[in-house]
Amino acid sequence: MDAVRAFLRHPSGMVGLVVLLIVVVVAIIAPIVFPVSPWEMVSAPFTPPGEDGLLLGGDTLGRDVAAGVAYGARVSLVIGIASAMAAMVIGVTIGAISGYFGGKVDLVLMRMTELFQTIPAFVLAILLVATFNPSLLTIILTIGAVSWPPLARLTRAEFLRLRNREFVEAALCQGEGTLRIVLGHILPNAISPILVVTSLTVATAILLESALSFMGLGDPNLMSWGFMIGAGRTVIRNAWWMSVFPGLAILITVLAINLFGEGLSDVLNPRVSRRRS
Amino acid sequence: MIRLGSAAMIGLMTLSRIAQLIAVILVIATFNFVLVRAAPGDPAQVMAGQSGASDPKLLEDLRKEYGLDKPYAVQLASYLGRVIRLDLGYSYRQRRAVVDLILERLPATLLLTVTAFCLALLIGTTLGALAGLAAGSVLDTVFTVLSLVLYATPVFWLGLMLVLVFSVTLGWLPPFGYETINVKFSPLAHALDIAKHMIMPVTSLAAIYLAIYARLMRSSIIEVAQQDFIKTARAKGLSGPSIVVGHMLRNALVPVVTVAGMQAGALVGGAVVIETVFAWPGLGRLTFDALLQRDYPVLLGIFLILSIVVIVLNLLTDLIYKLIDPRMTTGAA
Repeated sequence: MDAVRAFLRHPSGMVGLVVLLIVVVVAIIAPIVFPVSPWEMVSAPFTPPGEDGLLLGGDTLGRDVAAGVAYGARVSLVIGIASAMAAMVIGVTIGAISGYFGGKVDLVLMRMTELFQTIPAFVLAILLVATFNPSLLTIILTIGAVSWPPLARLTRAEFLRLRNREFVEAALCQGEGTLRIVLGHILPNAISPILVVTSLTVATAILLESALSFMGLGDPNLMSWGFMIGAGRTVIRNAWWMSVFPGLAILITVLAINLFGEGLSDVLNPRVSRRRS
Repeated sequence: MIRLGSAAMIGLMTLSRIAQLIAVILVIATFNFVLVRAAPGDPAQVMAGQSGASDPKLLEDLRKEYGLDKPYAVQLASYLGRVIRLDLGYSYRQRRAVVDLILERLPATLLLTVTAFCLALLIGTTLGALAGLAAGSVLDTVFTVLSLVLYATPVFWLGLMLVLVFSVTLGWLPPFGYETINVKFSPLAHALDIAKHMIMPVTSLAAIYLAIYARLMRSSIIEVAQQDFIKTARAKGLSGPSIVVGHMLRNALVPVVTVAGMQAGALVGGAVVIETVFAWPGLGRLTFDALLQRDYPVLLGIFLILSIVVIVLNLLTDLIYKLIDPRMTTGAA
């Protein structure tokens, strides 16, 4: 409860949270405000913003850009959150094994983590999505598969810090099993920095998704911000609104998540935050 | 003695990094090999791409060439052997060897990436140092807000917005391409023409890293300023500027260079998107075309080569790191 109260007094964190909630509301009510699918033609092609009842204008096929931006929020949030979760599951598992067991296991896993952190993640993501064909699931799994290394390193460091503490030894003496010690005793004590980094991973995941769909690797059935910008790229001379508004949507959402995540970090880990800033 | 020792140490480290490089190439090649087998459809169809998959003769040739009837271990060994000899396969779409296609495009990508990397590091650390020395000032606040916004901006969208402002609206800069075509230039004018085409792609690619390095340098400078040796330098009567240049900058740069190396992969990934925006004739553009045609051998080759580029960039920043870290050159570490 103290953390909640402290967060309420964190100005930039609160700005992030409020903006994020607005994006969430837009995503939820998109089908109510825009009952016509964002793929449907509703006006003449290249309708400028404000004309013909289209607040943000129409695209090359006369589709409503505002509807696209609203539906795009659903795609970005779902993919962002789900792939950050996937990255957390992979990263925490690898980091926990590495930090708890140490030795050769640690060495091998950390070498692998370093390798994944070094190679160009975006190029790997392109290759993975192209291999397994773009769909909501493959995109989420791909972004998760290239985003876990920071979480693995963080979890490992936390486990190294905690594994020799008295409460772990006490649990060992009581004969508790490894899995129970890891999940029941160490992980709960390491969870707050993990949650902070996961929330920041949502932001990078949204950026990664937008870049993938900009390159033509989005789920072909979903209207996404990156896809809209990609479609507006070649007609930017005639229809600036086609690429400007979806881009602003990405910027605002990602900025809000980063502000929220940093606020969370200040409240949950004052020690780490102070050292960082 | 000490100088020689550190030189020998750097030599040894370089050797071990080259061994590491070869190991990484083999790991990535193995990964590529597994990926082709994991893809839906049989490997010959995957390698032939959409256009080739309907040609039974080509599929038969491919199966023979890659020995697809042999055990996996044999296939893998022969594949790794090819990769080590820089044989990355054949693009059936473009009817050319993949390695030729890539090497032809690599210089343009390197020009873009290395320029952006150097500029981001140079300007980012300078701005960060200024902000750190003036921590809490208006300038510092402006930098902080700006870098937060840049963090949240998709690179490809930033590129498009630059096009919108500087090409479409103002007409100052060419919106895409590498050079003005169909014009005969003197060598100097040609270089200037390329530089003009580079301004926007380099700016959009460098912007986010500039923000990252500036923020790092800022906190690094603030941290270094509180250390004892700075107080000692002040006590010795050294003036402000000579303390900053002689004592603070070098120490503050160390963590920035470390992170800069770690960001090389992301920078190269960013170049792939930026090249698509600006029709820059490098590997990113090649990736985009290969994606449209599902030209799989080319995608695999690009992934391998770009990984090597990133590891080499890492090696270079490592060397810079060894050269600037005061603890390394005094032989204390």
